Amino acid sequence: MTATNHVQATGQMASRRGVLERIGNRVGVHNISLIAALIILCVIFGSLRGDVFFSSRNILNIGLAVTILGVLAMSQTVVIVAGGLDVAVGSTVGLSTVATAMAVQVTGSAAVGVIAGFAVGAACGVVNGIIITYGRVNAVIATLGTMAIFRGVAFILSDGQSISIFDEQFRFMGNGTMLGLPVPLWILAVTAVAFQIFLSQSIAGRNVYAIGGNPVVARFSGINVNRYKVAIYTMSGFIGGLGGILLAARTGSGQPISGSQGLELEAITAAVLGGCALQGGRGTIVGALLGVLIIGVLNNGMILTAVPTFYQLLAKGALLILAVLVAEYRLNRT
Amino acid sequence: MQPTGTTEIVRVDGLAKAFGVVQALQDVSLGFRPGEIVGLVGENGAGKSTLMRLLEGVHMPDQGSITVDGSVRAFREPRDAHACGIRVIHQEPDIVPELTVAENIFIGAFPRRLGLMLDRSALYAATDEILARFGMSDDLRPQDQCTRIGPAQRQMIEIMRAVRAGGRLIAFDEPTSSLTDEEARHLFAIVRQLKSENVAIIYISHRLNEIVALADRVAVLRDGRLVADMPAKGLAEEDISRLMVGRELDDLFRRTKSQRTNPILEVSHLSSEDVHDVSLVLHRGEVLGIGGLMGAGRSELARAIVGYDRRIGGDIRIDGLALRRNDVAASIAAGIGFAPEERKHEALLLARSILDNATLVVPKQVATLGLFDRRKAISKIAPLANRLAIRTPSLDQLVSKLSGGNQQKVVLARWLARDLKVLILDEPTRGIDIGAKAEIYQLIADLAAGGIGVLLISSEMPELIGLADRVLVMAEGRITGELAGDAANEQSILALSMPKAGAAQTGAHP
Repeated sequence: MTATNHVQATGQMASRRGVLERIGNRVGVHNISLIAALIILCVIFGSLRGDVFFSSRNILNIGLAVTILGVLAMSQTVVIVAGGLDVAVGSTVGLSTVATAMAVQVTGSAAVGVIAGFAVGAACGVVNGIIITYGRVNAVIATLGTMAIFRGVAFILSDGQSISIFDEQFRFMGNGTMLGLPVPLWILAVTAVAFQIFLSQSIAGRNVYAIGGNPVVARFSGINVNRYKVAIYTMSGFIGGLGGILLAARTGSGQPISGSQGLELEAITAAVLGGCALQGGRGTIVGALLGVLIIGVLNNGMILTAVPTFYQLLAKGALLILAVLVAEYRLNRT
Repeated sequence: MQPTGTTEIVRVDGLAKAFGVVQALQDVSLGFRPGEIVGLVGENGAGKSTLMRLLEGVHMPDQGSITVDGSVRAFREPRDAHACGIRVIHQEPDIVPELTVAENIFIGAFPRRLGLMLDRSALYAATDEILARFGMSDDLRPQDQCTRIGPAQRQMIEIMRAVRAGGRLIAFDEPTSSLTDEEARHLFAIVRQLKSENVAIIYISHRLNEIVALADRVAVLRDGRLVADMPAKGLAEEDISRLMVGRELDDLFRRTKSQRTNPILEVSHLSSEDVHDVSLVLHRGEVLGIGGLMGAGRSELARAIVGYDRRIGGDIRIDGLALRRNDVAASIAAGIGFAPEERKHEALLLARSILDNATLVVPKQVATLGLFDRRKAISKIAPLANRLAIRTPSLDQLVSKLSGGNQQKVVLARWLARDLKVLILDEPTRGIDIGAKAEIYQLIADLAAGGIGVLLISSEMPELIGLADRVLVMAEGRITGELAGDAANEQSILALSMPKAGAAQTGAHP
């Protein structure tokens, strides 16, 4: 075979390509289409309610409204890339919120509240991970079950009541500002940077892609697939805990259902919009965040243009189906 | 039997297709006549599969046309091609295991009663008729469920499905790659029957003896171009391989056999679910062949050694050190590399790049502070890619876009990135063209000369006999004998491969 040195030709080819194409390759075709969709949504809502929609206050509102969804969409992306799914994440948020509020109420300490939220969330994740990995239960079914269980536990703990939080220090995390930006947005930003580095740069993140892409290959390569899976679901639960803490800080209360219901739907929608393949092995953090923004703008715009709540739910469901349809279409084309 | 007709039922003209920067097919024109078998050959990546995909409507050509019965057709999906009577028998046929043989053959065209009900008796009668016509009545029964049928029967069902649907041009893509010799002979009879029924046939195979035996005409693809289209009469295997490679083939197995040195891999009394009490010693610089039939437990032995399957009993020593932990990470750390048989399912992440695939087992060497370091990765892999002559525009190419030979080289590059003591190769040249085969043989020889112990599992007798210093033969999960030097020949290997009477049918794995 003619062993021409193709490999070293790469550099020359890259410089011959156009600047636009290089930007396209860097950002990714899929992300560009997400940005286009985002712009279209902004134009639509801007033309309908330009007075309010583009105000800095409203833009900040959109950001605040998607903080919790943002962190959940990123953890969901990791789970989906690894070939799994965490449907219980909304309930995990609900249970952590209740646990956090109770801990703050009992101890009067913001720190204990935060620890409680993370611990309960992570514990939920460990349960999911063990059932799925060692019980060999389908991830959707397993987390569908624990979704009901976690919600039930949240109701039992709170007795169905809202638990109020008066601790100022704790509520600062939800309502305070730092350097002119709301604290939750800082938390989202730091989490996003961490997730992006983890998934796209770290060796562990590359192993996650390997596990989701083909678990047999991953095992033959010496990757401890089971340990990774349990760790990934634990991480998903842990981030659910973060969501619970943020929710408690924002609302100043712990409620078993309000504020956390339906988050799993939105998180999965955002991840799939962002380019995750439900078969595993594909998906990016940047894509998921763009998906989150689309959902945030859509929610905000629908409220501004007074779309009735019931129809909003309809739109959210349709968006998930649409995202999956597009993803399947893309997968079949490649 | 009608002599080769002159009217072409299907003709392709000036077909071209590119995938990214790779020109997979260029200016290919070929005609197919009823009752004629065209042997289509070429190295992997020469464009055979691409031509099939264009004919079957999986892809559309960039240039050129497909003509059926004199009128130009554009196939947007396989259904369009099927409607014109063009069928491809794939290597892995789609069979619904829960359905019966008859239902699988007639799927999509069930005989009905009252327009709604499945007419079972008509279905079975039609299936009986078609099976009898092709002499398959002994192999398949219409009422049998397809849960436990082997690859040969699956293929028969796929062929019958094509015949039933009125296939007039049937293409066989590497049909014998997973068949035994006996099953292959049976397949040839079926192909000849199709020919006598005036079906146009395309027969793709790497086994040139099959081409010589079956084909009326031979078409040779090289680098996406048609380099020969000639009558098969008078062509010998060597002539065809010369056309495929474009140069004279050197002696494939040029290797000075090794002198016995220190043991590098010692396996004693190893047992797993599928492997029973296997002991073997592999020496530094030695190529130890493992022969046997499919399902003899050879791949399972490899999986047990590398720690993928659970070890029930026995010891493994690498370079004198016991391998205690029963997991793949431990065996990799100890210096074992394993290129499994099913490249696409067991070795490669098809949706990832060459670079990602090749660095999978050297995470520490391509990382800085736990983060992937592209520069390190490229400086590690690029020399290996050049050494192995991986043909690709870039290391960022997805491995799914590579030919089989290049995919196998990526797997090998992955292991060569480590300091190996033992390399286990399971059917390393399956589905690979002659050119890449020769390169892989040379590589095996070089690795052994460099002191690595190579465990070579192969079903290709010339490969085993030509490359290995010694050959162990397996049957039913056990080693049945050792052959060295002149004692290792096709007859002696085959004799040891045969399972003992009574348990002959248990070898097939689901």
